[in-house]
Amino acid sequence: MNGLWLPVEEPVFFEQLQQWFMNLPHCRELGMEFANAERGRITLKLPFSDKLIGNPHTRVIHGGVVTSLIDTASGTAIYSLLRAPEPVATLDLRIDYLRPARPDLPVYCTAECYRLTDHVAFTRATAYQDDPEKPVAHGVATFARGMEPKGSTGIASTGETA
Amino acid sequence: MSALANIQTIDDLSRAIAAIPYASLLGIEVREEDGEPLFYLPFKDKNIGNTILPALHGGVIGGFLENAAVLHLMWQREGEGIPRVIDFSIDYLRTGRAQDLYCRCEIVRQGKRIANVLMTAWQDDRSKPVAQARAHFLLA
Repeated sequence: MNGLWLPVEEPVFFEQLQQWFMNLPHCRELGMEFANAERGRITLKLPFSDKLIGNPHTRVIHGGVVTSLIDTASGTAIYSLLRAPEPVATLDLRIDYLRPARPDLPVYCTAECYRLTDHVAFTRATAYQDDPEKPVAHGVATFARGMEPKGSTGIASTGETA
Repeated sequence: MSALANIQTIDDLSRAIAAIPYASLLGIEVREEDGEPLFYLPFKDKNIGNTILPALHGGVIGGFLENAAVLHLMWQREGEGIPRVIDFSIDYLRTGRAQDLYCRCEIVRQGKRIANVLMTAWQDDRSKPVAQARAHFLLA
């Protein structure tokens, strides 16, 4: 993807969708917030909270928190390219932890769906704090479209949102 | 912080979990099985990532496995500090249903500074894993 902006494919649907994602029990538990979206690319924000800490000595948040953020952002990014609800299931996710997240600062995650086929979505994501040039983590994932989810970020119908 | 030092027994691991906020947030527990730690995640609503199925959040499964690997390494090495994750790769094989999740870890290779750990997660049938993951850790 180049840097040129386009709106999400179907703004009303996408708005319902991102609200559905952000209201999922575990996303609320971690405190994820929707930040921005364009076609093929979205950004989430995760404010710092003591309950996310993985190392009480350093107060660095747990890698698993970053995993949840990248998984959710990557799944959400797919829907910025879709016109209607469909189930999507994470097949695999690989994350490189580049540097520890600094305590007391939010973590942002920008994810893009850089290739969408009839059956598979390919995504990549970057988690960062106040300097996008110093990312906390990179993630790549693949998702299966149009089948009952094996993973986490499936959605059957936005009509059933909470 | 002594809860995270010198981990030798399953009870020590339980104390370590209590000292790690994110592990407590997920609700991770541990017991002994065949002389090794068996990590498990009792089901709770706040770990749901799909309200329609319903299913566990993929990040919960990933975070649980990553925690389990860290704790397993601390137990194996008798807790010389908290290992730092370098990379983490997970394959989601089945839906994580709204029930308890189990994990066993295997240290594939442990060098002086780096360890490679394999994690397997399942629910009621160990032969039908929900997810498999592998990770590298920098040892403290």
